[in-house]
Amino acid sequence: MATETHEAAEHAAEAAQAAHEAAASAPGMPQLDFTNWGNQIFWLLVTLVVIYFVLSRIALPRIAAVLAERQGTITNDIAKAEELKAKAVEAEEAYNKALAEARAEAQRIAAETKAAMQAELDAATAKADADIAVKLTESEKAIGEIRASALDSIKDVANDTAAEIIAALGSEADAKTVDAAVAARIKG
Amino acid sequence: MASEAHGAETGGLVFHPMDQFIVKPLFGGDTIEWYTITNVTLWMAIAVLAVIAMMVLGTSRRAMIPSRSQSVGELAYGFVYKMVEDVAGKDALKFFPYIMTLFMFIVFANFLGLIPMSFTTTSHFAVTVVLALLVFLTVTIVGFVKNGVGFLGLFWVSSAPLALRPILAVIELISYFVRPVSHSIRLAGNVMAGHAVIKVFAGFAAIAVVSPVSVVAITAMYGLEVLVAFIQAYVFTILTCVYLKDALHPSH
Repeated sequence: MATETHEAAEHAAEAAQAAHEAAASAPGMPQLDFTNWGNQIFWLLVTLVVIYFVLSRIALPRIAAVLAERQGTITNDIAKAEELKAKAVEAEEAYNKALAEARAEAQRIAAETKAAMQAELDAATAKADADIAVKLTESEKAIGEIRASALDSIKDVANDTAAEIIAALGSEADAKTVDAAVAARIKG
Repeated sequence: MASEAHGAETGGLVFHPMDQFIVKPLFGGDTIEWYTITNVTLWMAIAVLAVIAMMVLGTSRRAMIPSRSQSVGELAYGFVYKMVEDVAGKDALKFFPYIMTLFMFIVFANFLGLIPMSFTTTSHFAVTVVLALLVFLTVTIVGFVKNGVGFLGLFWVSSAPLALRPILAVIELISYFVRPVSHSIRLAGNVMAGHAVIKVFAGFAAIAVVSPVSVVAITAMYGLEVLVAFIQAYVFTILTCVYLKDALHPSH
């Protein structure tokens, strides 16, 4: 303490304190009071050793383990999520493929059905056309016949009528002459 | 009674900015032996308890999803771990518990020192000089053990012109031995100065007219000191990492 008096002298403001020997002797700066350095250094070393052992034996390994575990869990979860995502993509592809196949199949079936129906329709149309043609010829033939028979009937009626008219007029005419005259009239 | 006498001399204003740094025995007695339980012992013990509370009790649940206290512990772990890894390199990670010890002690001593009426252990050169010397000795020993004589290459700047190298070697050597000095004084000086300034402002609060200004000034200084408390712990730690990097990889 006595050795510190020159320190105290430099710090006039605190000089009064140094005079009070009863109190813990403080020079201008208590930091420069070397009498208590041993005490501080001793307790500092104790403190550091305690903190070092607490940290290196308990705290740091524990925190390192927790952090490693968390990192591992996160990595695992990310891997799992990626796997699930890949699966989902796969499922979607399969679904799309199935959908495309089904669509193609449906189109094929539709086309086939359409073709079959068209063929049937064509056949039916052809058959109908043929039937119609047959019926048409038959009808034409029938009409021809009817027309011919009608012509004959007309000739007969005309002959009869002509003969009757001639008879009514009071003259006699042979059938041949009347026929010829009527035929010429009908043609002309 | 000392303060009364002192106050009378300076006319009302009482300035004892350095009294807060006085080392006192806790259980009476005038002499301080190396084993005496002092306020230094008390506040270092509180720092130890704080470290245990944060790093051991806070993480005791080992939860996958951390609680708030566990997050803080993990944050401190990650902060220093990344610092060591980034600054000093991967091979310095075996010194991580040692650097973590320094960081946790300094940061808690600084913050505990900001509690009113507390004692700031890191404001004493006795403490910071020991911390700095521990780093200095560790770095020097590791340097020689790892690199042998090659560690002296740290002082021989091979990229400089040959004529300049001896001069640079002297400068490098001086700067190397100044490291523990600046390392320790930076920490203790910053902490001590801030606390002393707060005490000076507090002394002005005795004058009624000035006291509002004084309170505002104390508040502002306190905010600054909170910043300084962390930054100085950070600076001390990162410089330790830088020195360690020099020891492990001495080539420039």
